[in-house]
Amino acid sequence: MITLFTIPTTFTLLLSLFSAGAIGSLCLFNHDELANRWSGIFSIAGSALGIILGIAVMATGHTGSFVFGASSFPLLSLSFHLDQLSAFFIFTISIIALFCSIYGLGYVRHYYGKYSIGALGFFYNLFILAMLLVVSSANGLLFIIVWEIMSVSSYFLVVYDRQDKRNVKAGLLYLIMTHVGTAFIVLSFLLLYKYTSSFDFATIKAGMALIPSFVKNAIFILALIGFGTKAGIIPLHIWLPSAHPAAPSHVSALMSGVMIKTGIYMMIRMFLGLLSPVPLWWGLTVLVLGSVSALLGVLYALTEHDIKRLLAYHSIENIGIILLGLGSALTFSALNLPSLALLGLVAALFHTLNHATFKSLLFLSAGSVIHQTRTRNMEDYGGLIKTMPQTAFFFLIGAMAISALPPLNGFFSEWLTFQTLFHGMASLNYWTKWIFVLSAGSLAFTGGLALACFVKAFGAVFLARPRSDSASRAKESGLSLRIGMGALAMVILYLGLFSGMVVSFLERIAGDLGVFRDAPSLIASTDHSQLGIGLNFASVSAPVLAIGFILAVGAVWLAIKYGVYRKQNVRVGVTWDCGTNLTPRMEITATGFSRSIITIFKGILRPSLQHDIEYHDAESRYLPKSRTVTLGVRDVYQTYFYRPLQRLANDAFQRTTNIQSGNLNAYILYILIALIIGLYWVL
Amino acid sequence: MNMTLIWIVQLLCVPALSPLCIGVIKKIKAKLQNRVGASIVQPYRDLWKLLHKDEIVSRDASWIFKAAPFIIYAVTLVAGASIPLFASFLKNPFTGDLITVVYTLAIGTFFLALAGMDTGSPFGGFGSSREMTVSALAEGGLVFSLFTVALVSNSTNLFAICATGQLLQGQSFLPMALAFSGFFIVLLAENARFPFDNPATHLELTMIHEAMILEYSGKRLALMEWASANKLVIFSALTANLFFPWGLAGNTGLFSIATGLAIFILKIVFFCGVIALLESGMAKLRFFRLPDLLIIAFIFNVIAIGLIKP
Repeated sequence: MITLFTIPTTFTLLLSLFSAGAIGSLCLFNHDELANRWSGIFSIAGSALGIILGIAVMATGHTGSFVFGASSFPLLSLSFHLDQLSAFFIFTISIIALFCSIYGLGYVRHYYGKYSIGALGFFYNLFILAMLLVVSSANGLLFIIVWEIMSVSSYFLVVYDRQDKRNVKAGLLYLIMTHVGTAFIVLSFLLLYKYTSSFDFATIKAGMALIPSFVKNAIFILALIGFGTKAGIIPLHIWLPSAHPAAPSHVSALMSGVMIKTGIYMMIRMFLGLLSPVPLWWGLTVLVLGSVSALLGVLYALTEHDIKRLLAYHSIENIGIILLGLGSALTFSALNLPSLALLGLVAALFHTLNHATFKSLLFLSAGSVIHQTRTRNMEDYGGLIKTMPQTAFFFLIGAMAISALPPLNGFFSEWLTFQTLFHGMASLNYWTKWIFVLSAGSLAFTGGLALACFVKAFGAVFLARPRSDSASRAKESGLSLRIGMGALAMVILYLGLFSGMVVSFLERIAGDLGVFRDAPSLIASTDHSQLGIGLNFASVSAPVLAIGFILAVGAVWLAIKYGVYRKQNVRVGVTWDCGTNLTPRMEITATGFSRSIITIFKGILRPSLQHDIEYHDAESRYLPKSRTVTLGVRDVYQTYFYRPLQRLANDAFQRTTNIQSGNLNAYILYILIALIIGLYWVL
Repeated sequence: MNMTLIWIVQLLCVPALSPLCIGVIKKIKAKLQNRVGASIVQPYRDLWKLLHKDEIVSRDASWIFKAAPFIIYAVTLVAGASIPLFASFLKNPFTGDLITVVYTLAIGTFFLALAGMDTGSPFGGFGSSREMTVSALAEGGLVFSLFTVALVSNSTNLFAICATGQLLQGQSFLPMALAFSGFFIVLLAENARFPFDNPATHLELTMIHEAMILEYSGKRLALMEWASANKLVIFSALTANLFFPWGLAGNTGLFSIATGLAIFILKIVFFCGVIALLESGMAKLRFFRLPDLLIIAFIFNVIAIGLIKP
């Protein structure tokens, strides 16, 4: 492959496929079916090529650096650099985009005649294209431009279903937050430019010695806020749970699965690539942010009964887990323990890939359910496992993977993260050790709470009896939706079973970063079937686990079914319920399920309970006609972080009205003063 | 003895011993209540009886409800093969990691809770909700007490930890003692014993485990009961072998294996006695007091980790 197509030509072909998909579907705007096919086929072809390109670069170890044309702007060059890390992210984006596009072919149908399909195809292709450019650009200015294209195209996808006012509002919040983030990123790049006189990543890296340490710290904080907003770390996450659910489901899958990972990509690129060597407190900061995001993300997920918001909060949780790996990598690298740092980065990368797969699968299967029932409220579902058995099975696979149950892929990346944190606890001293202890504790509780949350989600959506008419009328989704979900489920199984091989592959990618050039490896996976750390320190084997489970279930089933009492008679009856008539209202609901956990964590979650009672006779208030109980979780971030911030800004803006007299002469005076000061400054 | 044979003994050890443990606990509790009590082999008879009963399955139940008992039972078998029981020379680098065992057991909890919700009975649903609340909060204590042991012995493989042996002494005595207290609290929580749950009642508003398996009957009920007994043995074995790793068989000789097995059974029975004494001596806690106890288990272990010199 690599001999036939060089990296630049393949990359150009990749870009032109997505561009053709985008422009073509825009041209076909008044023909829904054709526009959908066109956009789908080109994005499928482009993603397939992206997968090939990613694998080829990772497997051969070639690095591609190339510049398109000569730019007429001095600082902006259309230069790209494809190294192992970029190739890994291209692979991750492409594999998710491939299955989302297949899924989209069928899913988009219900928008026919309602909204413009051509516009959807345009922004969808543009969005994927921009993500691919983000992870491959080698110039700061180019990066900011494609980053903006990514943000704006995804904004239009968020507000696509514009008849719902909530979606438009969510889109606005997203647009504002993402631009606040971009402002911080621009600031950090400008600081880099001030000291190295270049926007080119390679030149910046070469001139790193010119930057004083306090400026480096400032750049770190600015970049962390900027990229953290995109990644959705708490407290910068507020756009994520409202924007991701608003988009069409295959776009939510892409946004949650891969778009937020571009923030992680740039954190790795900047902190471990450009800005290294790093001071100790950077890593510890990332660790603390990671543990807070993981724990709070899952707690907020538990309070949700909108299925897509629940999944969006789990993205925050998983970004937290990825940051635990990345934070320990930074810490170890600051403490000059490169082997452990490598282990942490491998854990972070593996969890990035895994989260992309299972979160997309969960969003796609949630989309399949929403497609049938036309509601996102989990309280209106129930019993869907009988009418939508395949969707239910795929959701179960995704739920087990995200809850880190072996032998699925989520377990192995969490295992690596646990091992990294454990090594931190074992080998460090004083307060660095305590931060690792608390991070590991946060990860342990997160694991337990995530399991509870997915029992709630699966149980409320698929089990027991339907709780609404639309749920009882649901049918299994179409073929393209099931192919998209099924293929992702296969990827999850594959990544789990061959985790030993995948991890040794990822270790090469992580080792390609300059800081880890000659770090001795801790990961021992000699025969690819087993994932081990150190010499006999820890090991786990996915194939043995999987075969063990299958053999054990099979043996138990055979022994019980045929070993004893073969003539057993199994009758079907009604669920026993103390002799009353069992109605769907008597089942446990999603809200009821998590009620006890919310009560236990009420100090953090601040739940609010509101009773509304309507009386038959408002005067006497003896006979209530109806009672409404509203259980909600107050948005702590709005109350304690964003509102005060807004008030502060408003106050400052109010002050400036003092000089805004509306008098033209005054303004001319201001201009004069500014000119004089400016002249004085220049001369 | 042949290694294959030893592994077969290891595999069968947990399911073979688990009804006995339940029998011992029930017998001791009966004695303490001035009753004669059933024989300690009664649980075996109960299982045999249930295995020969017809079954009734709710019409609302899906394949999750039908498959769950097999999955849960299989999980306890895999976990039973992944932990040290009676021999210190066995090695399991494939599934014997402590995090692997914790998450393997979580598969059982996951399907148990789903099965509870599957029939649409309010009892099952609330049982699942409570079970997941307790197990989520127990996770921190569980992982951390195993981490403490792993830090002392410098490996996270349970067989390797066990082979290090003699942990409750010298410098590491205090952290190990704290970790043991934490682990024991988690044992009670994970196995639905007092003060977390009352294994002896049915249809009480506070029940957790029994509420989830209320709809089961016949063979599937037998599997559910047996699996929860297996889980008790797994946790007792972990307590016995990680914190008191004495008397394990050191070589493959028949005599050594036999002594190892005998001492293992004695240790397990001893812990059953402790559980029975606890259950007779204390009342069940209110549900919203349980988090305090579980957080205490976690804090114990955080202190223990702080006490370990790196």
